[in-house]
Amino acid sequence: MRFAYEISHLLAGVMLVTSFALLYQQRIASVLMAFAAQSITLSLAVAWAAWSEHRPDLFITAAIAFTLKGVVIPVALHRTVTRLGVHREVEKVVGVGMALIVGLALSGLSQALVVKLAKAMPGLAREELALAMAIVLLGFLMMIVRRNAVTQIVGFMSMENGLILAATGARGMPLVVEVSVAFSVLIALFVFAVFVFRIRERFDTIDIEALDRMRGDRQ
Amino acid sequence: MIGDLLVQLLAQGTQMFMVLLIAPLAVGVTRRVKARLTRRRGAPLLQGYRDLAKLLRKESVLAESASWLFRCAPYLIFALTWVAAALVPSFASGLMFNWAADVVALVALLGAARALLALAGMDVGTSFGGIGSSREMMIATLAEPAMMLIVLTLAIAAGTTRLAGVADFFIAEPLAVRVSLALSLAALVIVALAENARIPVDNPVTHLELTMVHEAMILEYSGRHLALVEAASMLKLTLYLSLLICLFAPFGMAPAAAGPVGWAIGLAAWTAKLLAGAALLGVWEVSTAKMRVFRLPDFVGIAFVFAFIAILLAYLSRGAAV
Repeated sequence: MRFAYEISHLLAGVMLVTSFALLYQQRIASVLMAFAAQSITLSLAVAWAAWSEHRPDLFITAAIAFTLKGVVIPVALHRTVTRLGVHREVEKVVGVGMALIVGLALSGLSQALVVKLAKAMPGLAREELALAMAIVLLGFLMMIVRRNAVTQIVGFMSMENGLILAATGARGMPLVVEVSVAFSVLIALFVFAVFVFRIRERFDTIDIEALDRMRGDRQ
Repeated sequence: MIGDLLVQLLAQGTQMFMVLLIAPLAVGVTRRVKARLTRRRGAPLLQGYRDLAKLLRKESVLAESASWLFRCAPYLIFALTWVAAALVPSFASGLMFNWAADVVALVALLGAARALLALAGMDVGTSFGGIGSSREMMIATLAEPAMMLIVLTLAIAAGTTRLAGVADFFIAEPLAVRVSLALSLAALVIVALAENARIPVDNPVTHLELTMVHEAMILEYSGRHLALVEAASMLKLTLYLSLLICLFAPFGMAPAAAGPVGWAIGLAAWTAKLLAGAALLGVWEVSTAKMRVFRLPDFVGIAFVFAFIAILLAYLSRGAAV
């Protein structure tokens, strides 16, 4: 029991670290690599939960996470980036250091919240919840501090990773919901990708600051 | 009783002089590995000792504008670093002065040495010294809090900030997968790289770059002063290697009650691990490039982030285990 706990703690911790890696990386290719690493770690964490807690349905979740978010989406985004021919550096609203500090504050916040709110939960689930919440918040942060449309997609997907981790710990999410969430994320990817191409067509850049500039009549 | 005390004193003395003796060799190993990996023959392993001996024999040239601080600083830096290096438990955890080997004290000793070095760098008034000092302080302001967080993480796990106590705890504890420890290891490695002015933070072999940090500060030193500063930086490298070994790979270290035989085994294990660590450092330095100075806060900031996550996780898992 102790060992099972240590392993799932380790995997959730690695996911949090990759969340910070997403914030730290400056190149789109590295961001996509970090995202793939996070998704694969998520699938490992879910698979471990399935194996150690004898919940075979979670294996399907793990498989979905691995194939869709670990392989298909990063590869698709990578192709998109190469086809768009955008520059390799990611445009940022604030510096890396600032983003990391805010990220730390958010992880501390999620920890404090979970400790306060979920006193009755068993230890392991509470801990996974705290980590998952931190990952969700870091995904939010990533969408806020990065202006590049591709990295915004990555932030969104990373948020979803956090949600799945939380659902695994809370032993609640039925498979139907799981599958539909996975597909809606996939569809979101397509929508995003179409948008990215449209934005590029119109403004010759995927820096979303350009959308602000378009509202020309604002004084 | 007296004999016992004598043996204890001898063991502690051995540790003090072992770190001093092995420090140039460790640097030599790192340089040799780097040279070999870049297909050069490289200097002999004992070059560090020869350099120090040569510098000690040479005349020390002082700038006209140098104050007393410039002359005192090398001795103080050397003494502080040596005390710090001698405090880290190397081959046995039950030595006489181990009660003093507190990580917080260690950080304070190193901080004092760094402050002196930065002051000495600015003392003569050359621009290089000033640049070096200001950069050193920039790195230190990020590395030191990370170091303190690492210390606190270990203190949460082991229940003490005494190094010997932490080492004893990790020897006794069965091997467990602990993400907080892995993170603090990564953070401590980054801090060690930054503090020792190694690649990617600083390049230890250059004297000609505008981006140098450590070398810029000691540019004005010569003769015995330079020998002492160089010896202090070698000691610092040994200290950090020794600290990493003591905290994260303490196997082979003689437990508190061990006698001379245990000490001998511990000494052999420690020497082997230290030289292996120095060789690993060489491999690492060959395989990475130096970073831009403006990226350094991000890199050292990573250590802080890791240490923070580690302490968060340590706190969480403690709350969960209760």
